[in-house]
Amino acid sequence: MKTFKMGGVHPEENKISNDAAIEVMPVPAQMVVLMNQHLGAPATPVVQKGDKVKVGQLIGEAQAFMCANVHSPVSGTVLKVEPCKDAFGLDKPAVHIAVEGDEWMETIDRTPDIKRQCDLEPAAIVAKLKEMGIVGLGGATFPAHIKYSIPDGKKAEYLIINAAECEPYLTSDYRVMMEHAEEICIGISILRKALGVPAAYVGIESNKPQAIAKMQEAARQFEGIVIEPLKVKYPQGAEKQLINAVTGRKVPSGKLPIDVGCVVSNVGTCFAVYEAIQKNKPLIENILTVTGKKLPSQHNYVVRIGTTFNDIVKHSIGELPATTGKVISGGTMMGKAIVNLDAPTVKGNASVLVMDEGEARRAPETACIRCGKCMNACPMGLEPYLFSALVRNGRTEEAKDANILDCIECGCCFFSCPANKPLTDEIRLGKNRVRAMMAAKK
Amino acid sequence: MNLLNISGSPHVHSDESTKKIMWRVNLALVPALLVAIAYFGINALLVSLISVAACVLFQWLIEKFILKVPSTIADGSAIVTGLLLAFNVPSTVDMMWIVIIGALVAIGIGKMSFGGLGKNPFNPALVGRVFLLISFPVQMTTWPVVDGIFPMNFDVATGATPLAAFKENSLPESVTLMDAFLGHIGGSLGEISALAILLGACYLLWKKVITWHIPVAFIGTALVFSAILWLVNPEQYMDPVMTIFTGGIMLGACFMATDMVTSPMSKSGQLLFGFGCGLLTIIIRNWGAYPEGVSFAILLMNSVTPLINRWCKPARFAN
Amino acid sequence: MTQQILIAVIVLGVIGAFFAVVLYFVAQKFKVVEDPLIDEVADVLPGANCGGCGKAGCRAFAEACVAQGNMDGLRCAPGGEPVAQKIAALLGCSAEAGEPQVAVVRCNPSFCGEKRRSNYDGLRSCAFANTVYTGESGCSFGCLGCGDCVAACQFDAIHMNPDMHTPEVDEAKCTACGACVKACPRRIIELRNRGRNNRRVFVSCVNKEKGAAARKTCENACIGCTKCEKVCPVSAITIADSLSYIDFTKCIACRKCVVECPTHAIHDVNFPAPAKKPEPKPAAEAAPAPVAPAPAPQAAAAQ
Repeated sequence: MKTFKMGGVHPEENKISNDAAIEVMPVPAQMVVLMNQHLGAPATPVVQKGDKVKVGQLIGEAQAFMCANVHSPVSGTVLKVEPCKDAFGLDKPAVHIAVEGDEWMETIDRTPDIKRQCDLEPAAIVAKLKEMGIVGLGGATFPAHIKYSIPDGKKAEYLIINAAECEPYLTSDYRVMMEHAEEICIGISILRKALGVPAAYVGIESNKPQAIAKMQEAARQFEGIVIEPLKVKYPQGAEKQLINAVTGRKVPSGKLPIDVGCVVSNVGTCFAVYEAIQKNKPLIENILTVTGKKLPSQHNYVVRIGTTFNDIVKHSIGELPATTGKVISGGTMMGKAIVNLDAPTVKGNASVLVMDEGEARRAPETACIRCGKCMNACPMGLEPYLFSALVRNGRTEEAKDANILDCIECGCCFFSCPANKPLTDEIRLGKNRVRAMMAAKK
Repeated sequence: MNLLNISGSPHVHSDESTKKIMWRVNLALVPALLVAIAYFGINALLVSLISVAACVLFQWLIEKFILKVPSTIADGSAIVTGLLLAFNVPSTVDMMWIVIIGALVAIGIGKMSFGGLGKNPFNPALVGRVFLLISFPVQMTTWPVVDGIFPMNFDVATGATPLAAFKENSLPESVTLMDAFLGHIGGSLGEISALAILLGACYLLWKKVITWHIPVAFIGTALVFSAILWLVNPEQYMDPVMTIFTGGIMLGACFMATDMVTSPMSKSGQLLFGFGCGLLTIIIRNWGAYPEGVSFAILLMNSVTPLINRWCKPARFAN
Repeated sequence: MTQQILIAVIVLGVIGAFFAVVLYFVAQKFKVVEDPLIDEVADVLPGANCGGCGKAGCRAFAEACVAQGNMDGLRCAPGGEPVAQKIAALLGCSAEAGEPQVAVVRCNPSFCGEKRRSNYDGLRSCAFANTVYTGESGCSFGCLGCGDCVAACQFDAIHMNPDMHTPEVDEAKCTACGACVKACPRRIIELRNRGRNNRRVFVSCVNKEKGAAARKTCENACIGCTKCEKVCPVSAITIADSLSYIDFTKCIACRKCVVECPTHAIHDVNFPAPAKKPEPKPAAEAAPAPVAPAPAPQAAAAQ
């Protein structure tokens, strides 16, 4: 079975919400939609106080290059357009909407029928991805229309679909594959057409045999979709590692996947692409896992983007257990700890993961014993222990020369460090310093 | 409700800790200790206990009164040093006080003077051992003779190790390969039984405390190099298999050269390190003043570890 | 015997003479001609290499002084006035008289220490914590409490308050080199004139949120109510982005604004204990105001 060549770790999988079918989360009474739900510049609000909006109506327009459209996930009246605190307590531009009924845009096809035929030209597909505000749902929320606009002189040879879901706890991708395998395959076909590549490879870790079977069955009806079972190893779903696992190619330092002829998209994105292209439905919903070892029940939901974390907690489990120590949006390896549960969810939020005080706390740091476990775990072949020393001593130039910018921040180094050194934190700090240094030199 | 904890990702840890690693090493040293007790009697146990107690005590004292930092004796690293130091001395009655001096040098100079665990450039136990070897040459080279399992007489006769005997060109015919493998030979406390040491090493490999690179490179180099010499002149040089089973090669390769702090971190660096250790050991054994060269070889290679770390970078994913 | 001694003496003598000649020429070849004045100026400097002057270290500062021939635009904050005078004497120019300054921490979070809103469990670095979230106080402008400023200080003049997790400046030790100002990712610390008798008035808040939001974030926040601006007799106070700022060059330390401020965000330090205050001021009293008698700036500089 294929996997990437170098490093990697095996965190406890904890896929305890695997068997919870996707439920629909009710729409809350008031909704806050942030304008930067994606990588890049925030969208510009195009509605004003008092405006009536429908579900799927454009409310934030992408005016910068690196930006994505934002659509209203609810129908109602715009209360105000002013900043709102996001999950980390920072002010972000937002549109506040009072929900009235659930009136959808007429253009959106809400029937359950599966529409297989897509007659759009590649350029039209990319334009529609932009119009529908599709972003990558694997975590980075990279605007899809930019990813699928291949720059001149480059040629895509492989479309790789990331269905590895290598993060512990997360099951939203798994549930989508179990329940919407055919739609995903249509989405993949559309993306394949947009790129003009002969085949798409879907990488699924072998700990999801049922999803592999479902996808293989669905893919049989389609041309050029190859299901590729992968050996279980974190970070299989990281872009560069997945490319390496599926094609054996290596993305060089400082280059993008397209430089080795690859485009990688998440399986959740493919489902969103299907809905956007075939059903005219913009990206207004997230599929999200509510999980945690100490929670009374485990859930997978389809949630309107902008529902607050508190609303989700209230609907799914009532309230957080008294011993809650950490709430994470995303998986335990790369997810972000959130502090403000009143904040709205944004595109790409894949989970509300509740950790107990005991498991959440980091153990105290001890001295580095130079065991080299961080180096052996690093999927990029870097030297985290060295970065730690360089960053602590402010030796930014040397950190740059030691390829600190190649780090993908997967967290394998901290995970495996017996001294509990916050290596990943230090490397992020070092990367910020290196970027600042390079910007200052320009 | 508790306050929410916030940190950068990742939010889970493998549960690996320095403490676990050190205690695993201690556990891996137990078979060799048992063999030592079996062959050398209660003396071996006493020397080991005194050595461990002295190392722990000195570390505690230095941390409390000189460095004024919280005590780290619970991590078990001082016990590893104590055991390894005891394993490197003869189990004689003299050693029961000499080993305390060795412990002071090992912990005080070898480890704490550089700032404690993780900062020492040389393996502390070997620093202590070499200090004792130079300061107490007679006591350090007077080995009790092994005769039979569980000797109860404390007034044991003393004799030479196979290596020392061979240096005098008088390797007794009676020492067979099987004796050397099981430990029925003269030598320092913990180095006699290759079998017990390999057992411990297998445990460490299984628990991923060490990797195969250093032991294999060390023993392999010693084997190949001594085989070449032996083929050139079997009269003058020792049988290669006998070479690796006698003296400290097994103990050194499996437990002391693999000391994480003082050995290189990349795989290629570890191979180079093991190669250097093996080469130097055979050179010192055959052409040096001492019959045994493992300690010096490892200490010499320790001194170039930072350089090896600089040269032997891991293979980058994206180069 | 005599011959052997003679040979040894001659051989060693010849070798010695040879190398002496070689060394002489090498020394001539690689001789660095340097103005001796640089050494003299460098000797006068404090030698902490704090970088507060903007140069790489004290030696670089001395080189810059000598190269320029005067002290225009060059200032050694730790050395202060006495050092400036000495350098000026060496260079034969006049030293510009600069006001002695001190670092001032402009944050007094109400939700910190025991009352913090979250528990930061990551790398103890403000620069990093700043990229993760708002910080334990919940204020996205305020102090993160990881002590980057403490690590940056070469003079041991800034320490974390163990209860509040905010930094406090030891005025006796602070040399106003500005290292903490640069280290703080949120630009909370500012260099302000020490003021007459070391008495200063400043706004201890940098929160730019609007009134209600700021108040929700922190009980001690400046809400931009403009009361201080109106009461100031010398127009030293300006308000921008719902945040008041006192210009220390204009401020006469009359303390009218201190009394007026509804959130006690304006702090006064080193004033004698108030005879009568209109109301108790827990916030201001908790302010970083070391009780140590204010030393003359010269005394601080001598350290």
